[in-house]
Amino acid sequence: MGLLTAWTVAALLGQLPEQILPPPWVVVDTLLDAIQDGSLLSSTVTSLERVAEGFAAGALAGLVFGTAVGLSKTLRDFVDPLFLALSQVPTLGWMPIIILTVGIDEGLKIIVIGWSAFIPVVLNTSQGVRDVPEAYLELGRVLSFSRWSKLTMIVLPSAVPSIFTGLREGLANGWQALVAVELIASFEGLGYLMAYGRQLFQLELVLSAMIVVGLIGLVIHGLLTLAESHLQRWRPETPR
Amino acid sequence: MSLITIMGLERLSHSVPIAPPPFRLVSRYLRPLALPITLLAIWELLAHAGVADARFVPPLEAVVARGIAEFGDGGLGFNLLASLQRDLIGFACGSVAGIALGLAIGFSRIIERLLGPVLLVHRQIALFAWVPLISMWFGGGEAGKVVFIALAAFQPALINTWQGVSGIPRSYRELADVLTFGWFEFAWIIAIPGALPQIFTGLHSALIYAWTATVGAELLLNIAPGLGGRMNEGQHLFHMDLLLLCILLLGGVGVVFNVVAGALEHRLLRWRIP
Repeated sequence: MGLLTAWTVAALLGQLPEQILPPPWVVVDTLLDAIQDGSLLSSTVTSLERVAEGFAAGALAGLVFGTAVGLSKTLRDFVDPLFLALSQVPTLGWMPIIILTVGIDEGLKIIVIGWSAFIPVVLNTSQGVRDVPEAYLELGRVLSFSRWSKLTMIVLPSAVPSIFTGLREGLANGWQALVAVELIASFEGLGYLMAYGRQLFQLELVLSAMIVVGLIGLVIHGLLTLAESHLQRWRPETPR
Repeated sequence: MSLITIMGLERLSHSVPIAPPPFRLVSRYLRPLALPITLLAIWELLAHAGVADARFVPPLEAVVARGIAEFGDGGLGFNLLASLQRDLIGFACGSVAGIALGLAIGFSRIIERLLGPVLLVHRQIALFAWVPLISMWFGGGEAGKVVFIALAAFQPALINTWQGVSGIPRSYRELADVLTFGWFEFAWIIAIPGALPQIFTGLHSALIYAWTATVGAELLLNIAPGLGGRMNEGQHLFHMDLLLLCILLLGGVGVVFNVVAGALEHRLLRWRIP
């Protein structure tokens, strides 16, 4: 709030050159205009669709792969080092190669977003599955659970907090990747709107898009927190 | 299937220490290598059998040859150093600013009230969303890149320092009041050592973020010496071998950063372990 006031006051006094920071009311105007002519809405929808598709693909694959790696020590021995090495490469670094192989269409966006979501989901899921308390597993054995019910009734519920950490990080990463990939190669979406505003030197357009990006980030964060507390209702109040 | 497995007692059998037979031991050490070697062999086969387009799947020896040639005449080495220099300058600026502001917020209620909400909103804005704005303010040259990298390092350093300081037990603060510590003494004797583990966590992620940002800045902003510039070149000229080499370097630097940061963290925090 303080900064917003300072911004308004400085703009009112004419202390801020418009090329550096346009007055807040201009930004609000631009924002309203963009909402009215529908361009902002369509960009936002495109961006959200991309994130949803990429994240769904990455998270699903990550959950399956992470559970498998967490359950089997043998598989872990084989796969872990390669996976860790690959995950050290900044996601953006893959972009030129992916652009050469699949082009700059939707495929590129889905792959980049999916991969950036995949990594944290795998890491956290496999950790969560590995950390299932031994006593729970023993109980499963005593009750002679089948493999499947052991997985669905003991391992996965107990790994939920960890899985959620992974999903949350994955979604945040996916959102980051979306903005980056749209800045580099895209003809629609919020990232493109920013790149466009930058080329036309329309700071107010760039700032409006940033506000929307920030708001969506906030909403995603809020929704995940809600979903997490909802899924963990069954947990006793006091931690283990 | 042995009786032990049938009875579901495999856990019990593990509790008895038995030296694994030598073959097992070898296979355990080879396991991590098995998958990469297999994949590389398939890659090599594809490249030589003429099934795959050589432009997409260059033979491995081409990548190696490219690496030797590039490093021989100093081309890629120079670019790597340029990227690292940019990365470390940005990291240093961003993390120092982040720690300083984090400490200030942690110490003072007023500053926390004033800046806290702004910073929490700021955290939600995707990092790369700053690129257009930064390039308009600072240009797409060196300054813009370093500012962007610094911003990337700033966030984790700030958040972790802030959390570290506000996590200091109340009793420590009361102790400082009893001993009539001044601002500086409180910071130096209580707050900073207390928050140190969190600050290190912040620095560690700042290092990783800064590296990601370096790659992003070099790909998105004006072309300049650096790995990102070479990757742009590789993409436009369709030099897959160069791209693969750059990926290797990017990953290698990431691994080195992680190992060094982990080792430093461990070493500097040794005094905490009772």
